[in-house]
Amino acid sequence: MASFIDLANPTRFMRLSSTLLPWLAAPAALLLSIGFYLIWFVAPADYQQGETIKIMYIHVPAAWLALMFYSMMTLSALGVLVWRHPLADVAQQAAAPIGACFALICLLTGSFWGKPMWGTYWVWDARLTSMLVLFLLYLGVIALRRALDEPSRAGRAVAILTLVGCVNIPIIKFSVDWWSTLHQPASVLRLDGPTIHASMLWPLLITAIGFTLLALSLHLAAMQAEILRRRVRTLTIFEAERLDRLSLQGAP
Amino acid sequence: MAMLGPHAGFILAAYLATAAILTGLTLAILIDRRAQRRALAALEERGAGRRGGGAA
Repeated sequence: MASFIDLANPTRFMRLSSTLLPWLAAPAALLLSIGFYLIWFVAPADYQQGETIKIMYIHVPAAWLALMFYSMMTLSALGVLVWRHPLADVAQQAAAPIGACFALICLLTGSFWGKPMWGTYWVWDARLTSMLVLFLLYLGVIALRRALDEPSRAGRAVAILTLVGCVNIPIIKFSVDWWSTLHQPASVLRLDGPTIHASMLWPLLITAIGFTLLALSLHLAAMQAEILRRRVRTLTIFEAERLDRLSLQGAP
Repeated sequence: MAMLGPHAGFILAAYLATAAILTGLTLAILIDRRAQRRALAALEERGAGRRGGGAA
């Protein structure tokens, strides 16, 4: 708990995150390299899907990360509204574009898989529709923050919107169980274990971990940029006040 | 391309779209962070680090 509070200091966070970043980025690059090698040269084709199974290896991790980042934003929103952690709003603001990108990747790769497999780029089934809602929620969070000038007010409004939207996360996860959907049910995260063969499961898991480390690296870098931006904003205000004071004093 | 079967175009499109989005995201974040560092350095050089005082 003490170390969590220690991270509230932006300067300390900048120092710790700079130390941590290479330890996330380098393993991400390594795991993604191994994962893509396994996908393209080792993993077999699917007996039904053929080579289009290759799309699954990016579609599934993208979906997991889209959900993970919104869950992180939900925790950050609680940090803003309940615990008033100074970096909670920074974490939330940095996470939104990253989560949105992974949601977009999930939707696009799903469409590219759906056309040859289902004969259509899109169906309004529960899984696809709820994932589209998630993407729109991400865009809404980003737009709301930009619409409000005052930063602390924007942070609170975005936190409330994020908390309202978090009900979509279990809907996405359980949509294939609650409704009759074209999208197939879960094959990996199941109570009775994965149903995918090991020759496909290992490349999927390695790639998923690689993408996760990449996403976390980007999140840390984005948080650093946001902390710097807020510092720039504060110093710009100080400088404007100083110049104002000097001009009133008649200084050259 | 033949090794990817009859739906090679969809497979390649999926990977290219993913690469484009992640490359754009990574560049945007890194460029933004560098721009903020430069802006902060410029402000601190001009002595904007204190509310009450003048130039450092």
